[in-house]
Amino acid sequence: MNFTLSNRARTLSMALMGLGLVVAGIGFVTTRSHDAAHAGQHFWSALFLNGFFFFGISLGALFFYSLQWATETAWSVLVRRVYEGIVGFLPIGAAVIVICLLAGQFHLNHIWHWMDHRVYDPADLEHYDPIIAGKSAYLNAPFFWLRVVLFMGTFIFAANWFRKQSLKMDQLTGDDLRTQHLLTYRRSALFLVFFAVFSSVLSWDWLMSIDTHWFSTLYGWYIFAGMWCTAMVTGVIVVLYLKSKGYLPQVNNNHIHDMGKWVFATSFLWSYLWFSQFMLYWYADIPEEVAYAAVRIEHHPGLMWGMFFINFAVPMVLLMSRDAKRNPRFLIGVGTVILIGHWLNVCQLVLPGALGENFHQVGALEAGLGLFFLGLFVLIVLRTLTKAPLTVVNSPYLEESVHHSI
Amino acid sequence: MADKIIYAVYDDPEQLKSAARKLITAGVRVKDVFSPFPIHGLDPIIGLKRTRIGIASFMFGITGTALASLGTWYFMIKDWPMDIGGKPNWTWYHNLPAFVPVLFEFTVFCAAHGMAITYLIRNKTLPFMPARNPDPRSTDDKFIMELRTSDNHGHSAEAIASLLRGTAVQEINERQC
Repeated sequence: MNFTLSNRARTLSMALMGLGLVVAGIGFVTTRSHDAAHAGQHFWSALFLNGFFFFGISLGALFFYSLQWATETAWSVLVRRVYEGIVGFLPIGAAVIVICLLAGQFHLNHIWHWMDHRVYDPADLEHYDPIIAGKSAYLNAPFFWLRVVLFMGTFIFAANWFRKQSLKMDQLTGDDLRTQHLLTYRRSALFLVFFAVFSSVLSWDWLMSIDTHWFSTLYGWYIFAGMWCTAMVTGVIVVLYLKSKGYLPQVNNNHIHDMGKWVFATSFLWSYLWFSQFMLYWYADIPEEVAYAAVRIEHHPGLMWGMFFINFAVPMVLLMSRDAKRNPRFLIGVGTVILIGHWLNVCQLVLPGALGENFHQVGALEAGLGLFFLGLFVLIVLRTLTKAPLTVVNSPYLEESVHHSI
Repeated sequence: MADKIIYAVYDDPEQLKSAARKLITAGVRVKDVFSPFPIHGLDPIIGLKRTRIGIASFMFGITGTALASLGTWYFMIKDWPMDIGGKPNWTWYHNLPAFVPVLFEFTVFCAAHGMAITYLIRNKTLPFMPARNPDPRSTDDKFIMELRTSDNHGHSAEAIASLLRGTAVQEINERQC
């Protein structure tokens, strides 16, 4: 059965984009009237954090998708197309990130302080930064852009490749189907190897390098866990939306329960990694290491503890019971709260470092661009879903997935 | 009339499931099933109540968190405040990050052990307890359904046995209770 995008959904997501732009415009004007010198920087930071948040959902979905292939998981075969739909936003998210990075490289913004070549010049007494200069073997433009192209190229290539194989399998049966399945199975394992390295390194490059002096070895895992969690939440919300419209009739409560478990488990993974990073620095209390946390605790305690509370306590308390994970309305409600929590997490990853003392609170500019991207994301995901049968036609595990029971 | 227990032995869980469905449709109550491994989808067919082990596990976990909180507070704050790396040691909550790992571990410890021990006691399968399964083959490769005439007043043992013979049953054993 094919999914058709209803006019209502199209209008609503367009309206969301329009509303987002209006709110962002108001936010921008207000910011400029308060602090004209940093309004541009503020805009770029908000654009980047929203681009990264939604890119992260797609990338997390791509990871989960290839994980399902590599582990030959049966239950998720019925919802495979949903994840393909979510991955559909990946190129747009990548474009937004690249635009922000290019703008940084051409000094239209100073989110990434190390992109300013003067910090490497010992003769420039005013701007020279010995700590950043010491990192020049890694943080230099040619190597950085090589990585950007490599990561984005690999992700987009993999997303397209998986999608193509999945569509091809719809036409195959018998031995051809098995051969094709095994090929995708092997390639997905290969992709996971690249993903493991790239997801870690991209988080250093794009996010950790905003606070250039600071470093954390757990950072990559922490960012990855956030992407994964938001992808799981988005997946279950899209599936429940489709079911409420009468699609995916074979997806039963057991599938929903499993997806709810993923939301619960990845929330814990994220919380565990966040706390591990925080506690080690808190305990050691070495000045160069605590700089990052100290700024957030001293100046933005509400944002930092608030987003941790939302992302940890809310799923822990509300999604623990079996009944909660089998209740669509409840799952959508909690999922939305978790998405907001992770959006605030990305805000506090980017803004304190990018705006420094000019960052006061998350405002209309960030929220407006967030709404804009949400509308765009929904539109793109739903449009990708219309382009193929909503459940895969042929898969060696399709039958097992239909009879999934836990 | 004396209570009779009927054991119907099957080779395959799917055959047992369809047999159970057939019996339930005929109005026969299935008391229990003995199987070497959990059979997916069997519980709703024979109307088993949902396990409450999750609730027990939660209670054990909460107990663990409470005990660990009490312990860390008493050992590290109240009884003998210790200065470790200049960390705040006059209030428990200021030093909370240092205690989170032990709170977490003790919660998991209590939940896991409590749950395992509860499970063993509830099933009467603690070490050295006599096995309660009617047929040792149910721990190997046979799937055994237990039916009681006392549960099924409308059906005689004969009627149940003849219903069973209409399924893929391997053997039917009766026992007086």
